[in-house]
Amino acid sequence: MEFDESLLTVEERIGFSLRALYRDYGYALYRMSKFEEYDLYARNKDFLITDNVITFNDAGGRLMALKPDVTLSIVRATRDRTDGGVQKLCYNEHVYRAPHPGGSFQELTQVGLECIGSLGDREVAETLMLALLSLERVACGRDYTLNVSHLGVLSAFLDSLGLSGERRQTALELVARRSGHELDSLCRECGADRSAAQALQHLLRLPPDPAGALEVLRALCPPAGAASVAGLARVIEGLGDRVRLDFSIVSDMHYYNGVVFKGYLNGVPAAVLSGGQYDQLMRKLGHSARAIGFAVYVERLERVSGEERL
Amino acid sequence: MTESSTLTVALPKGRLGEQVYDMFERGGFPCPAIREENRRLIFENAEEGMRYFWAKPSDVAIYVERGAADLGVAGKDILLEYAPDIYEMLDLKVGKCRMAVAAMRGFDREDRRRTLRVATKFENIARRYYASLGRDIDIIHLNGSIEIAPILDLSDVIVDIVETGTTLKENNLEVVETILPVSARLIVNKAAYEFKRARIDRVLQALTEITEEKK
Repeated sequence: MEFDESLLTVEERIGFSLRALYRDYGYALYRMSKFEEYDLYARNKDFLITDNVITFNDAGGRLMALKPDVTLSIVRATRDRTDGGVQKLCYNEHVYRAPHPGGSFQELTQVGLECIGSLGDREVAETLMLALLSLERVACGRDYTLNVSHLGVLSAFLDSLGLSGERRQTALELVARRSGHELDSLCRECGADRSAAQALQHLLRLPPDPAGALEVLRALCPPAGAASVAGLARVIEGLGDRVRLDFSIVSDMHYYNGVVFKGYLNGVPAAVLSGGQYDQLMRKLGHSARAIGFAVYVERLERVSGEERL
Repeated sequence: MTESSTLTVALPKGRLGEQVYDMFERGGFPCPAIREENRRLIFENAEEGMRYFWAKPSDVAIYVERGAADLGVAGKDILLEYAPDIYEMLDLKVGKCRMAVAAMRGFDREDRRRTLRVATKFENIARRYYASLGRDIDIIHLNGSIEIAPILDLSDVIVDIVETGTTLKENNLEVVETILPVSARLIVNKAAYEFKRARIDRVLQALTEITEEKK
């Protein structure tokens, strides 16, 4: 079948370009229904970017939802492998949610991948590399960065403050907002360990180059986080200077663990890619396997990729 | 990677915005056009690579979150109410006031026999505050002149910004609880911080020094 490629929309071009990339790395296309039982989202509400889900009753009276997210559906449907290998799945799907609080629902396109099974450093590093290659494909010559955090490292820094419960959660939120000034006040108020508080401040001001950032991180990190720092260093090795260590990425620790990351593109005001390792979500849904994945938010790219041909 | 050149700053209209612009100017990021009497909406100093505009205080965070401005100045009240996805990098220590619950003098705040009627512009802050106290409330959303609500028995209490408390006092109202202190914050768009980091860090450094002087 022949057709004129100029007929493709920006969204379609991005989808095909990324799917071709993922196919080359052994990812099979995974198709799914537009609907899921609402219960899946109700039980895992905090995993979702949004609380707002479009619900309806199907013909049998079950409460259904238009999917606001892809990962949960894939994880729910997946079967654990027993041969020690990994399942590599990619998708190009519509999801339905309100992208801004108080805003209206929109149909959004997500292209992404999930790698599920016996994950080791190799799989995590390959996922980060594919995130970088995805950014390169959609960047059309613009600058881009892949910002990487590690929840094991972050936990070690937070634990060393000696805060618990609500105060620890507040400290985490302040790290996410890069609010060094408020973090300082909180630590003083709570009598947190001074040197641990200063180390956390430095964590928010790491040098932009990954080698320099790792060097500072090794010097600052409490002993409990040393193994996580070493693991982080292994998986970002050789990925280049587009990688930045950014511990303001604090994805929900009830679901995520290990590396979590976001991709930014110059000219787009919010992250265009988001992902991470979510072994905890796998446990919650009854799986023993580990998993990592990411999604590219195609609608955020349409305005910048309109003129530039992929 | 090369850094993009111009930094766009959203300032809140009014006295607070002027005070904050003075801080930017003293910090070495001037834009003389902003002081001229005219009807221009955006002011640029191409040589310094700075661009400023005035926005309604409650809109500043929207301009920054959506990338129309790289930086902005917004009150802590607005940031808590709308929870924009931005970095909140510095307390500028100006525009200081507090978010408080006020009621008619003599109001019995311990009376839990009825659902508390709360008039406010800050619905989310009020909801969170009363949820933390385990108290049922009926929110009445108003856009201004909140103080009138308890006087006309539209509400039992109000949740609002209190600066000096003079308006409350003159209308037989009083603060019954302080929810949190409020001041102006320097906010930064997340993507802008990736691609204009060196320039934003210079602004941050200069403004930090100025706020330290104020201590």
